[in-house]
Amino acid sequence: MTDQDISIPEPKGDPESDGEADANEQAYWSENIRLLWTLMAVWFVVSFGAGILFRDFLDQFSLGGYPLGFWFAQQGSIYVFVLLIFYYTWKMKRIERKYDLDD
Amino acid sequence: MDTQTLIYLFVGLSFSLYIGIAIWTRAGSTKEFYIAGGGVHPVVNGMATAADWMSAASFISMAGIIAFAGYDGSVYLMGWTGGYVVLALLLAPYLRKFGQFTVPDFIGTRYYSKAARVVAVICLIFISFTYIAGQMRGVGIVFSRFLDVPITLGVIIGMGIVFFYAVLGGMKGVTYTQVAQYCVLIFAYMVPAFFISFLVTGNPIPQLGLGSTVNDGSGLYVLQKLDLVLQDMGFGAYTDGSKSMIDVFCITAALMVGTAGLPHVIVRFFTVPKASDARKSAGWALIFIALLYTTAPAIGAFARINFIETVDQTEYAEAPGWFKNWEANDLIAWTDKNGDGKMEYRSGDAFAGSPEFTGETGKNGERLIANAVNTESENEVYVDKDIMVLANPEIANLPGWVIALVAAGGLAAALSTAAGLLLVISSSISHDLLKQTFRPQITEKGELMAARIAATAAIVVAGYLGIYPPGWVAQVVAFAFGLAAASLFPAIFMGIFWKSMNKEGAIAGMVSGLVFTFSYIAYFKLIAPEANVAANWLFGISPEGIGVAGMIINFAIAIGVSKMTASPPVEVLKMIDSIRVPRGAGDAVSH
Repeated sequence: MTDQDISIPEPKGDPESDGEADANEQAYWSENIRLLWTLMAVWFVVSFGAGILFRDFLDQFSLGGYPLGFWFAQQGSIYVFVLLIFYYTWKMKRIERKYDLDD
Repeated sequence: MDTQTLIYLFVGLSFSLYIGIAIWTRAGSTKEFYIAGGGVHPVVNGMATAADWMSAASFISMAGIIAFAGYDGSVYLMGWTGGYVVLALLLAPYLRKFGQFTVPDFIGTRYYSKAARVVAVICLIFISFTYIAGQMRGVGIVFSRFLDVPITLGVIIGMGIVFFYAVLGGMKGVTYTQVAQYCVLIFAYMVPAFFISFLVTGNPIPQLGLGSTVNDGSGLYVLQKLDLVLQDMGFGAYTDGSKSMIDVFCITAALMVGTAGLPHVIVRFFTVPKASDARKSAGWALIFIALLYTTAPAIGAFARINFIETVDQTEYAEAPGWFKNWEANDLIAWTDKNGDGKMEYRSGDAFAGSPEFTGETGKNGERLIANAVNTESENEVYVDKDIMVLANPEIANLPGWVIALVAAGGLAAALSTAAGLLLVISSSISHDLLKQTFRPQITEKGELMAARIAATAAIVVAGYLGIYPPGWVAQVVAFAFGLAAASLFPAIFMGIFWKSMNKEGAIAGMVSGLVFTFSYIAYFKLIAPEANVAANWLFGISPEGIGVAGMIINFAIAIGVSKMTASPPVEVLKMIDSIRVPRGAGDAVSH
């Protein structure tokens, strides 16, 4: 099979662009990346941190009848995941409006 | 009405609902067939994604696995939900903005290469077929136990139903049937959970019940009691695991990243109108999923308590009806080691392997087994983990209609996932292999016909695997995640976040990740299963978690090769800029 170049859909942005995003888009993108780092850190801490790496330490505390580390592993992390996605959705909408890039 | 009639009624009603929806939502164009026309409301798509995602494994097996694994079962709970955060934050909105039909579409265009597209199709087919065989097995189990039909006939009926709505309706039909299936399956899961939580703890909300005290006057919390009872019987404590920390870590990570790399899940986010809808939709999907996933550990714990209290030290002659029903279906066995006529349930295997029944019955009426008895353990009871959810309503003496509901729910879970998988297999063949690679001159009508033929062929293969499961199928299902994590995820993720990633890097990465992960799994599961112990594993990582190592290899090779070869052309850089901003995601590009 030949692997010749195939057509790429024309991007809808600035036709004069040379593959470098404009300053506004770059600022938007770096703000998005900062937010992603923060939220992915929370994602890591509640699951891999509280539910696995520090579970034994957290298990000395309890939440009702749940040892705390066990609770994070089987309940708490999942609740935080839901909150994370909705927070990101809400926050991104604001960031996109700020840079006038919303859909 | 007796339970059997109710089961026929509930299953029959749910099946006619699915067929009715299929007729109502027939697909007329490739765009409707592949992505339901691209106009699905984010909440509706979230619900369809939840049904697409929650398979027979989630509905039937997961609570049972947790019941017997305790803390170790957490890998599935965190792994199969945390993946949605990865999906919503790192992949879904950008892929929606890209706006085409399939996952190989993205890889083929982003890496300006037909070879990359074909490699992605191969990864996709590998992942999807390992996954689908398990669904058909689930359909077979439900049919044989609840509807008293042979497994073969059960699988054929299931194939017929899926054929009807997946082939006729394409993504459009599948989306709306999945919404109906979600409603059936969540209702079927929650109703017995409320009952059992109330019976065991006095609190009907299972998530709270699991943290409450047991209703037996002892004042002990549920988890405390389980720990005590299990340790008395020689098991490890429920809240402690037996897996090593690194293995728990790697399995969780492989399942999370694998979830985000599963083509049949990703493609659901192509069906919403806008990039921001893809984020919202992933959030709703996770809410619908979390409802079941936070309930499962409660069901697991309650089921374990109920099972111990009903079975241990009970005379076989007095055993409840469900015990004998499942024994008749080969999923429970009892061998009276000490000849006292009572069932001793202890830690350790009662005998080697799965039961092989001799066809004769013992003096208590039990089915005799031919397996070598394990003399090192006092345990006399063999129980297949899969039955915990299905038998739970019977164990807890719930009314017949609840049992009927669970049968319909198990079928809904298996069929909805099977349909989603069939669809990505068929569209990768008709769209990626035919239209985009080998037969570009094909008309839209021809492409739609090819998609339907490919879906039909995929159903037949899946059904065959369900009727004649090769020994390895059930075990291999969980490995679909490792393969997805090691092959597709890095290519998609880097395609969005790292502009310098090029064709050569992506192909080398995908191939090495897939080959490494597949070889590791095949070695320990197929070639040398006796060597599958922690001492032989790479860094103590089991085959279930090895996808993470495969992913790291993929990333390393992809980055190294990309740095040594030419950077991507300017059009591709422009395309990356365009998918990074949400504005302008209109209709999917028709071509």
